[in-house]
Amino acid sequence: MTDPEIVRVPLGPQHPALKEPSSFLLSLRGEQITDVGVRLGYNHRGMEKACEDRPFLNDLYLLERICGICSHSHSTAYATAVEELAGLTVPRRGLFLRVLVGELERIHSHLLWLGVAGHEIGFDTLLMYSWRDREIVMDLLADLTGNRVNYGYNTIGGVRRDITQEQCSTMRKAMDALEERTKYYAELAATEITLAKRLSGVGKMTKEDVLRLGVTGPTARASGVARDVRKDDPIGIYDELDFEVITAESGDVLGRTIVRVGELLQTYKMVRQILSNLPDGPIATKAPRKIPQGQAICRYEAPRGEDFHFVRANGTEKPERVKVRAPTMINVQAVSFMMRGGYLADMPITLAAIDPCFSCTDRLTELRSDDGALLGKKTWAELRSHGIEHYRKQGVDISVVSKQLACKMERA
Amino acid sequence: MNAEHQLGVALTDKFKSLKENVIIQRARRVWVNVPLEELHAVIGHAKETLGYDMLCTITGTDEGTGIGLIYHLAHPNGIVLSLSTLAPKDGPGPKTVTPLYPLAELYEREVIDLLGVRIEGLPPGNRYPLPDTWPEGQYPLRKDWKPAGNQTQKEQEG
Repeated sequence: MTDPEIVRVPLGPQHPALKEPSSFLLSLRGEQITDVGVRLGYNHRGMEKACEDRPFLNDLYLLERICGICSHSHSTAYATAVEELAGLTVPRRGLFLRVLVGELERIHSHLLWLGVAGHEIGFDTLLMYSWRDREIVMDLLADLTGNRVNYGYNTIGGVRRDITQEQCSTMRKAMDALEERTKYYAELAATEITLAKRLSGVGKMTKEDVLRLGVTGPTARASGVARDVRKDDPIGIYDELDFEVITAESGDVLGRTIVRVGELLQTYKMVRQILSNLPDGPIATKAPRKIPQGQAICRYEAPRGEDFHFVRANGTEKPERVKVRAPTMINVQAVSFMMRGGYLADMPITLAAIDPCFSCTDRLTELRSDDGALLGKKTWAELRSHGIEHYRKQGVDISVVSKQLACKMERA
Repeated sequence: MNAEHQLGVALTDKFKSLKENVIIQRARRVWVNVPLEELHAVIGHAKETLGYDMLCTITGTDEGTGIGLIYHLAHPNGIVLSLSTLAPKDGPGPKTVTPLYPLAELYEREVIDLLGVRIEGLPPGNRYPLPDTWPEGQYPLRKDWKPAGNQTQKEQEG
């Protein structure tokens, strides 16, 4: 029999906490959540099937588009599996650069998350601050790879663009600036009373539940489970880098915030190590079109947790089977466990705290007249100054903030 | 003896029939072919006794004669134990592993939806990832299935 005091509320598929489709059926007794049903699959695009129809290299760029935020995670996991099958030895400089972009991606992803988390609890100043700081790393990525998202940086056998001395020194300065900002956020998470009151005890998950369910990434580490594929099953040069796996014991959203901020500080350290130990030599080796028969697995610690790729080759130039399991697949199911017994108002931040995926835009715009003729192209820098000018005319001067940020970069 | 070999010995001591089936591919990668009727016992042993407490995913493949299922289990020490088995295309498949790994439900629903394998004992629930309106008997990841958009005009007319 249905309990008359229970109200069932559907949330989604167009979800208030997540600009991507997923659907939750919440059972409520008053404000308290008694049960949660999750429905996924709205974003299923048939990519695994599509991979079987395309050459190995084309699949790399298709799989990169699984996600706009952790695109490099997917392409690295896939490329590493294919390289294992082909028996390729990727040149050391290529491996260093691949991990470099992977860690820069983690910085942009974690700063993005910090902003979203701030937004979900009505702390929009934090969103403005952290997304402004995130622009520093977005610029580094755009400068090195040619794009802000979906970098197209990997290839089978290495990476596609080398780094210059000048880029290295810009990156070092940027790490100093970001570190200063992140220390401020770490202090904020540790001392700001409103943040602590709003986030502690919310979306709680015990260590036992994390282990029982197999939760992954920062969500698991915030419950005291020190698991990180970069340590446990390392690829590339992760086993040569000196870094700590950051954990927290509280198992709530505050713990997940502390873990991500702590990971940012570790990542700056890793980027500096990569830059100072960057070996000379080629950045890629030539890969064969046909990949010998076999199967391989790659696990990659994406910003959100373990990304799992399986590739089977049949000796032709197209894969027999590609299987991808992204970290959100596990963690979104864990959300329903976290929400039970919690309050409806905590639902958005609890969901956002696992850091599900969002998308981002390109940096180059083509200007066309009404009849479609190409008028010219604008670079990212030109677009940015156009934007600043546009708002200045309306009485909002954001160039001041822009200058402050530039000063910070200079000082660092 | 390294950890990968120890794992092979631990498995073959308990399950004699797996003697010839253990392949150590490289450090941290162990593959084992397991007959369908023994699969559940092997997974249970790996989880409860050997400490493989994470199920990374279940990969489904169309092997022509049946549906291949690979259960990728992971240990905190980094070893991935991949147990592969062959299930019939029409007929009873493996038992659900959700009592051992609660979040395996979506992996199982995925191979049901995309490859048409049967998982015994999985409680009723929402399908994943295909929509409720998806036609019966259409399994997109089977090799003989082609998306409608890829058909030539002639095929569509015929």
